[in-house]
Amino acid sequence: MERKIRVVVAKPGLDGHDRGAKVIARALRDAGMEVIYTGLRQTPEQIVQTALQEDADVVALSILSGAHNHLFPRVVELLRENGAKDIMVFGGGVIPEEDIPFLKSKGIAEVFGPGTPTSVTVEFIRTHVRKEI
Amino acid sequence: MSASLGDRCVAGDVRAIARLISLLEDGDVSAFHALPAFLERAGKAHVIGITGPPGAGKSTLTDKLISRFRNKDLKVGVIAVDPSSPFSGGAILGDRLRMQNHATDKGVFIRSLASRGRLGGLSRATNFGVKVLEAAGYDIVVVETVGVGQSEIDIVRIADTVVLISVPGLGDEIQVIKAGIMEIGDIFVVNKADREGADRVLREIRTMLEIQAMLRRGSSLAPTLSKGIGTDLHHGLGAITGQGSLPGLEAVEAGMEIPPVLKTIAETGEGVDLLAQTILERFDAVAKNGSLAIRRFESVKYQLKDMVSSHAMDFFSGESGESRLDAFAREVNEKKIDIYAASRALFSALIKGETR
Repeated sequence: MERKIRVVVAKPGLDGHDRGAKVIARALRDAGMEVIYTGLRQTPEQIVQTALQEDADVVALSILSGAHNHLFPRVVELLRENGAKDIMVFGGGVIPEEDIPFLKSKGIAEVFGPGTPTSVTVEFIRTHVRKEI
Repeated sequence: MSASLGDRCVAGDVRAIARLISLLEDGDVSAFHALPAFLERAGKAHVIGITGPPGAGKSTLTDKLISRFRNKDLKVGVIAVDPSSPFSGGAILGDRLRMQNHATDKGVFIRSLASRGRLGGLSRATNFGVKVLEAAGYDIVVVETVGVGQSEIDIVRIADTVVLISVPGLGDEIQVIKAGIMEIGDIFVVNKADREGADRVLREIRTMLEIQAMLRRGSSLAPTLSKGIGTDLHHGLGAITGQGSLPGLEAVEAGMEIPPVLKTIAETGEGVDLLAQTILERFDAVAKNGSLAIRRFESVKYQLKDMVSSHAMDFFSGESGESRLDAFAREVNEKKIDIYAASRALFSALIKGETR
């Protein structure tokens, strides 16, 4: 049996706009993935524990508050501390172009800005997810 | 590798627990080698099934129950099932959204499962998830069902305690009977009890339970008849409505089987203390009077049959299984053999373990 790709979709930080996260969740579901949706205002600690317990392959973070330079790397860092560097992290939302190289240097696999077709995100996950522990 | 995965689960390794649940869910044969490591802890956890229609407040109530159990220093595992899309096979699993306050509590492990359109398979996957969490040392494992379909009935084969949740406003009283799941509830909850019609739902559930108990007594529990149906009903009703002591527990101990019916407002937590207390005390009562052991024994027999039939279905999977099936189907279609004889022939091939 083919293994399902499991994705945690989370919104770290304090902004209350989850439309983008919901669009992504729906698109990934429609692509046959199992999406664990955690809702608004999640701390990096909550997101990481969720990813561990849910045996996630991917963590998708959406943020519009501008705190991405702090919160995204923190999620990657906590995953590493918990021996889960194999879980891929990518981000989306309102992220200035000039912040992207910094985020990538901190282990964020990719950043998808507004207007990215969901098919691009789906394809990115399919290509990059590894299924071994 | 899987043997050590089992040991890591017993040691409480979160990643190992999570991965093993996935592997068992996928029916990965190598994962089953981990199960012998779990035998020592088998039967140690109190498995609580939370079931009821979509929107009844199962997740919110589960969230509040987790807090109550944690106050008693009990470690809590949760298996929350949500439906898969029948179109894409994907799923959005949102039950844990309401439980995220517990995400960083090391004494709580929450795992979402997608129903994946399986019939029997879902309860097997759920049951394995329960076994893994039990082995990992969780004292209580809560299973939140998907809220629709056959798996609702299967929960009674997995859980020691089934909590059936209703809400006001779902329809007329006949819905309570139509649902056909009254029989599986050990504890009944009317959630959103601040809404109009809550008392009516409460009364309807009680009436149904009384009728059910009366019918049962009339047939299989004949001895209690001697006490007179009138007094029994009165007793049962008193037990349910009694506010001072725990409702219905005397009835459980006396084998009278009129389950407690409680009101909650999960959102505010009202009534949840009493619910948690009722769940735990009922469990102690059934453990003491031996009915828990009987129920678990019956459940294991059911699960054994279920798993054997799933092994049997494996016999027909793959290329050789398919061709075996084709051969007999052809003969049936060509009227060389009747379908019953064909099935017997296939069955004896299966019994003899003919190599594929």
